[in-house]
Amino acid sequence: MIFELNKLLKSKKVSAKELAKKYIEAIKREDRRLNSYVYLSEEFALKCAEVVDSKLRNGEDISILEGLPFTLKDNISTEGLPTSCCSKILRGYVPIYDAFVWKILKNENSVLLGKTNMDEFAMGSTCETSCFGGAKNPHNVNYVAGGSSGGVASAVAAGLAVYGLGSDTGGSIRQPASFCGTVGLKPTYGAVSRYGLVAFASSLDQIGPITTTVEDASLVFDEISLRDEQDCTCLGAKEKTFSHIKDNISGIKIGVAKEFLNLADEDVKKSVSLVINAYEKMGAEVEYISLPSCEYALMVYYIVACAEASSNLGRYDGIRYGSRVSSYTNFHDMICKTRSEGFGKEVKRRILLGTYVLSCGYYDAYYKKAHMVRSKIINEFNDAFKCFDVILTPTTPTTAFECGYSAKDPVSNYKADICTVPVNIAGLPAVSVPCGFDCKGLPIGFQIIGQKFHESKILNVANKFEEYTNACYVKKVTGGYPYDI
Amino acid sequence: MIYELVVGLETHVELSTKSKIFCGCTTAFKGEPNTHCCPICIGLPGTMPRLNEGVVQYAVAAGLALNCKIAEFSKMDRKNYVYPDLPKAYQISQHDKPLCYEGHVLLSNGRKIGIERIHIEEDAGKLIHQGGATFIDYNRGGVPLIEIVSKPDFRDVEEVVEYLELLQLTMRYIEVSDCKMQEGSLRCDVNVSVMPKGSSKFGIRTEIKNMNSFNNIRKAVQYEMNRQIDILESGGAVTQQTMRYMADVGVTEPMRGKEDAHDYRYFKEPDLVNIYVSKEQVECIASKMPELFSSKLNRYVNEYRIPLEDARLLAEYKNVAKFFEDSVKCARSEQSYKNCANLILSVIFSKFNSEEEKEIFNISVSSEEMFKLLSLQEEKKISNNMAKKTLEKMLETGSKVFDIISEADLQGVSEDRLLEICNLALNENEKAAKDYASGKDRAIKSLIGFVMKQTKGRADAALAERILKDIIAERKF
Ligand SMILES: [Zn+2]
Repeated sequence: MIFELNKLLKSKKVSAKELAKKYIEAIKREDRRLNSYVYLSEEFALKCAEVVDSKLRNGEDISILEGLPFTLKDNISTEGLPTSCCSKILRGYVPIYDAFVWKILKNENSVLLGKTNMDEFAMGSTCETSCFGGAKNPHNVNYVAGGSSGGVASAVAAGLAVYGLGSDTGGSIRQPASFCGTVGLKPTYGAVSRYGLVAFASSLDQIGPITTTVEDASLVFDEISLRDEQDCTCLGAKEKTFSHIKDNISGIKIGVAKEFLNLADEDVKKSVSLVINAYEKMGAEVEYISLPSCEYALMVYYIVACAEASSNLGRYDGIRYGSRVSSYTNFHDMICKTRSEGFGKEVKRRILLGTYVLSCGYYDAYYKKAHMVRSKIINEFNDAFKCFDVILTPTTPTTAFECGYSAKDPVSNYKADICTVPVNIAGLPAVSVPCGFDCKGLPIGFQIIGQKFHESKILNVANKFEEYTNACYVKKVTGGYPYDI
Repeated sequence: MIYELVVGLETHVELSTKSKIFCGCTTAFKGEPNTHCCPICIGLPGTMPRLNEGVVQYAVAAGLALNCKIAEFSKMDRKNYVYPDLPKAYQISQHDKPLCYEGHVLLSNGRKIGIERIHIEEDAGKLIHQGGATFIDYNRGGVPLIEIVSKPDFRDVEEVVEYLELLQLTMRYIEVSDCKMQEGSLRCDVNVSVMPKGSSKFGIRTEIKNMNSFNNIRKAVQYEMNRQIDILESGGAVTQQTMRYMADVGVTEPMRGKEDAHDYRYFKEPDLVNIYVSKEQVECIASKMPELFSSKLNRYVNEYRIPLEDARLLAEYKNVAKFFEDSVKCARSEQSYKNCANLILSVIFSKFNSEEEKEIFNISVSSEEMFKLLSLQEEKKISNNMAKKTLEKMLETGSKVFDIISEADLQGVSEDRLLEICNLALNENEKAAKDYASGKDRAIKSLIGFVMKQTKGRADAALAERILKDIIAERKF
């Protein structure tokens, strides 16, 4: 879609301002029921659009994302625009600096429509831990959009943004992308700068795009995957992916992770089997493989992520920014009350868990051991990639949850991340692609996992499926775009 | 029972890199509160640290100067604790893989003090209590520190002071820190325990936090040692705790109990990559290191034959030592070294009002001019007195040696000319000569006075005296 909209702008069939207005109108009309946006930057968006229009009037060329309306997850720092991580504790916080990815897009005159809903501090898989209430699934508002980047996925699926940037710590891009029938790319750890992404678990977090097509995911990834000196863990992508997404895949070796497939619902299994058939017809060699250590990935994830979160979230004390309780007796009392009132239940649960596993006397039993298992999982993937180019799994064992379901049973909710979490543990790139619907009409997605910095390969394999199926799953789920293209 | 003191030190030294350890903000001392800050050093959500390479280089230099091994691989860790001056609620430090380890310092009594480790970390901000309210200044937050941890090798408080003085000198020498205790760029935690003399089993220790003057350290350690001995003598046991020294009343007192119960929940800083320092990098830093104080001191005493105390004064500040060495670079005699030392210590130092001025050593005399002056003095073309007076004038006016001393002045004091004048003096003061010859020693003074008057004070009085005496003896007055 990005390509087509870019052409539309260049041919002056539509102005950037008209485009922005269409999207803003759509948001105002549709979002009351979806709750995907938590902050709308209308004025800012129109100003950006005007800059693009004046460039076009002057006969200047525009770059691929220039003038296109998009959205950012609310944990990506935007100077002058609120960044709350959908937490009460960051109410009123307006950053004084831009995240690296936003700086890139801002320089390209991308039109930021607003900030989108998410689980509080990205902790959750339903978007329902947001202090603004969860984003709803555009396919059925009685179901969640998924999480934590639920707002981005919901907005993109409903045509309330051309694309969006989310963050993925254990599946937070891919799972909502799958639930909403969109494409979600979690890049290699270190391919996209985390500078300005409000940290949840620093060794797992990664920013990536949610789009309607694989082609769009490739175009956005190519723009944002630059080396950044402000994030020394970020090397940038090794190549532009877009020139590879149409490469021939016959003879490519795909390993299907059977443990993950076995966990899935019947509808999901059926859809993923059809995907496998499609790939075989395209000439790929498909084999079933086993990744036995991935069984422990969830435990590793909840230890490592919570440990890092407990440290990362220590800074929210109400002293320098964000909300602070109005009455207190001393410093200690102030931060106790501020944090007790400011953080939601899920965030508190994870801070407590993380503090516990790092504590003296427990460190070796939990944190240290988790890191040993982490190495084992990494090795298992490395071994698998000696025989296979990519690994295929369902993105999630089930389709979207019913609203309110998760609050009842947090542990079974954690289990729903089983297919996505190992990818973060190993720092690998993975993309979720829509591949069908369940009996309730909710989207199903599959996941392609690649080797580190092999985004080209996974996007190539993903795009081939989309081409093969004529992107039928994409078009069907959306339909409500301001411009039918 | 006779007890022996056991002390170990944890010394924090602020490094004098231009920018902070994880951001580009200045490390300058003072400045309006919260003006040397940016999103990174106040820990705004989403910001990430970026390690200043200069900090690693400075710390490696410090490690080498203290005879440490340098770790090829080290890493940064998070030390989690909550305090309002710590904006991220964790300090980025090094826990189990410090940059430098296993070093030592040699004291003048021949004892070796072991250095366990040196690691790099960030400083915290400062709390300002004012009118019942507390304010926070984050200017100091993120200023690079090294923590130098000694082994519990001190057995006497004077050893502690000497070690710290040596540390201070060394850090200044290699220009990694100004080590100003009053500005907090050198701070010290002192671990004190006592044990029966001759024992090898250490007693239970207490830690005196944040000492900021040598004098207070002396007093605090002495006080704490006596306190512990009193407890043991009366049959009690020392409690392991953190103390604070109350300088105004001269006692140590326990800090809040909570300070001891800290669980820092260390874990590897995921926002930074591991630190690798290659052997080549270490060699490169080593090759750029200046000669250190202790080596200079040895050289001054053994090579230049300067008395130990004078040598110490010359070597103490790098700029002084450099001026001294440059000035005598081409000198030929031991006498010149001594003359130079004397002129610096008596004439030049008298111009300075503080140790700081001495350290900066900003004078209008170049080492080349100083060498010219020393040569004239060595060749006895000018007297010691004349040399002093000339140097004083040079310091005041910035003039060169030969702007002040004319050819005529020089001829006036050559040995031949002096002989002539001495003969003249005897001829014109026969009575005085005879008085001296007949045993009235004081009579020589008036003869010397005559010579000095004739030479306008430029003659070498001692030489004149010797010549006069020789002639008197020769001519048999
Ligand atoms: Zn700064």
